[in-house]
Amino acid sequence: MASAGAALKKAFFAAFVTFGLAFPIVALRTDANLSNQLVLTERWPLAFGLAGIALFGTLLLEMLGPAIRARTASKTAPSTAPPHPFLAYLPRLGLLLLLAFPFIATGIAAAGGPGVLKVMDNYGIQILIYVLLGWGLNIAVGLAGLLDLGYVAFYAVGAYSSALLAKTFGLSFWITLPLAGILAAFWGLLVGLPVLRLRGDYLAIVTLAFAEIVRLVLINWVPVTGGYAGISSIPKPSVLGYSLGSEPTGLAATLGLPRITFMYYLLLALALFTYWVTTRLRTLPVGRAWEAMREDEIACRSLGINTFKTKLSALAAGAFFGGLAGAFFATHQGFISPKSFEFMESAIIVAIVVLGGLGSMLGVAIAATVMIGGTELLRELDVLKAVFGGDFDPAQYRMLLFGLAMVMLMVWRPKGLIATREPTVRLTPEPRRGAPAAVAAE
Amino acid sequence: MRWLSEPLLAVDHLSMRFGGLVAVNDLSFTVGRGDITALIGPNGAGKTTVFNCITGFYKPTSGRLALAHGGTPDESAVALLTRSDKRRTHGASPELFLLERMADHAIAAEARVARTFQNIRLFPGMTVLENLIVAQHKTLMAASDFSLGGLLGLAKHRAAERKALELAKAWLEVVGLIDRADDPAGDLPYGAQRRLEIARAMCTNPVLLCLDEPAAGLNNRESAELTRLLRGIRQQTGVSILLIEHDMSVVMDISDHVIVIEYGVKIADGTANDVKCDPKVIAAYLGVDDEDVARATAGRAGP
Repeated sequence: MASAGAALKKAFFAAFVTFGLAFPIVALRTDANLSNQLVLTERWPLAFGLAGIALFGTLLLEMLGPAIRARTASKTAPSTAPPHPFLAYLPRLGLLLLLAFPFIATGIAAAGGPGVLKVMDNYGIQILIYVLLGWGLNIAVGLAGLLDLGYVAFYAVGAYSSALLAKTFGLSFWITLPLAGILAAFWGLLVGLPVLRLRGDYLAIVTLAFAEIVRLVLINWVPVTGGYAGISSIPKPSVLGYSLGSEPTGLAATLGLPRITFMYYLLLALALFTYWVTTRLRTLPVGRAWEAMREDEIACRSLGINTFKTKLSALAAGAFFGGLAGAFFATHQGFISPKSFEFMESAIIVAIVVLGGLGSMLGVAIAATVMIGGTELLRELDVLKAVFGGDFDPAQYRMLLFGLAMVMLMVWRPKGLIATREPTVRLTPEPRRGAPAAVAAE
Repeated sequence: MRWLSEPLLAVDHLSMRFGGLVAVNDLSFTVGRGDITALIGPNGAGKTTVFNCITGFYKPTSGRLALAHGGTPDESAVALLTRSDKRRTHGASPELFLLERMADHAIAAEARVARTFQNIRLFPGMTVLENLIVAQHKTLMAASDFSLGGLLGLAKHRAAERKALELAKAWLEVVGLIDRADDPAGDLPYGAQRRLEIARAMCTNPVLLCLDEPAAGLNNRESAELTRLLRGIRQQTGVSILLIEHDMSVVMDISDHVIVIEYGVKIADGTANDVKCDPKVIAAYLGVDDEDVARATAGRAGP
């Protein structure tokens, strides 16, 4: 094998780089002792271990490489072939699972797992919020091809505007929810106007800066936003005088259901609304123009499509759903502060959209479930503590998990989990018989 | 001589400078209504620059590009619009457009000038059919009431969508791509992509179709097919065609009117036969000594 030498060389190089990185931050560690002095702890075995993992990992990749490349090479052009039969049924299965989730959570709690509130909050609501955010960002990034790294800004605008409107004017959640969406969309237009001529990297930097500006304003405009202290006791939504919240007097608790049930269904309804609107928009002229703009902006203009308006509408539509998610987040938590709207949130949402496959609604939902659910699950795993020692906090390694997932995906599926693109219109019916209408609509 | 009696587009003293480089210098010509007009010239003569000025992708340094819908305007109407700060007339007949004042997308949507590109610009990830539907954006957008009506699935939008699909199907039949309708446009062979780009431009319902080297990269058989296709399109729709082409067999075969430019200046203008025998054109293409050109020109002008 002629490439064996090259592979070995590459592997040793990777090990060398890893050791170089690990040397200052892993091998040498400073801790403060009881008298507040810094003491140097040396952890050479760990550093060498990491270098070893890099060595063998690279070797493995090099050996498997040709096979992987052969599989992915044929998939450079987005395929419109019918998806795997299982994928066709996944949206229905997922919906069923989501509808039944409160009962499943009750079951898990009864079976001796963590408490039902914890299961619903950490898995159900957390994941669904990210699904909602991912679907919103998917409009800008996946459909229109506008890389927006500051999506969390719209989430923040939605959360703060709905909280402030509710607290200052005593407006009900059912009014602040659409207002939060509209205000976020308005901010989407605002950030869009100066960056209309920018594309790719430049747009990404400007949106990133915009999100930082929003966060800094939230921190420093203390009279309105409360600064670091944030806004607390945000009212819960209510129906006919019954609160939908998770307090003991809420509707769910009165009915004997898990207290968080109605908040969960409210979020599920928001997510399904987002899904419905987005899938419909895709088949409308505006949605087709978004996708066409992603493919070739100049060709769009030659066909009479105003790309200025098209870009603005994509940013605003994406921001609208971010605002809805923010309004829900505010009323669900009852407390918001700038800490919830840091850059890391934007990064996670972008990661979910990229991992899921740009433009694929189902892919984004799967990626959100795996990544957010996975990191939550990581917290629960006591096995890891047994392996790495008692003071090991697995939640601190969730970014590592994200990074690892990204690298693996870029190797195995460079186009994301679901890279097939469903045409918005077909001349001939789908080649496969019995395709569920739900998928055909996607 | 329709370009003199019945002009669709009048290019007047068009100049385009890029810094110190003069790409197009004081160029004037007219495009006849219903004609197939060819713009030819050696590499770097400024042909594509002229195209980009007409379709709004470049803003000309100076000059006027007047396009008329539905009839030949009199000179005073054009002069009146030129003196005003308006881009177009509204409701007048013939309706006038000053293309140098309009944005690229407005030229396509309002003045109805469609174009194709030298390096094909399709939407490769979208299907062949979707490419043709996107081209009908303007009509569909209006029918969807700016997405609100469409979102609710109103009948008006559904009817418009059906009509758009019919038009797309008709054009797919014309260019012979109906069997590939649901395949990604990027998967088509090169010649088919060229035909699809022409069909897509025609779906915008243009009065002037600008083709930038439509026969580039095609073999002889495909070139002959293209010639037939363009003739058919003109016959069916009455659209005027302006094309840049290097393949002289195509140019001489289908053009009613040929304009030759070199270094951004017009050197010949006339029917294909006139231009073919013009010594300046021969010199520009074959590269002749200056003395020979002078002698040839003198010889032709003499008895």
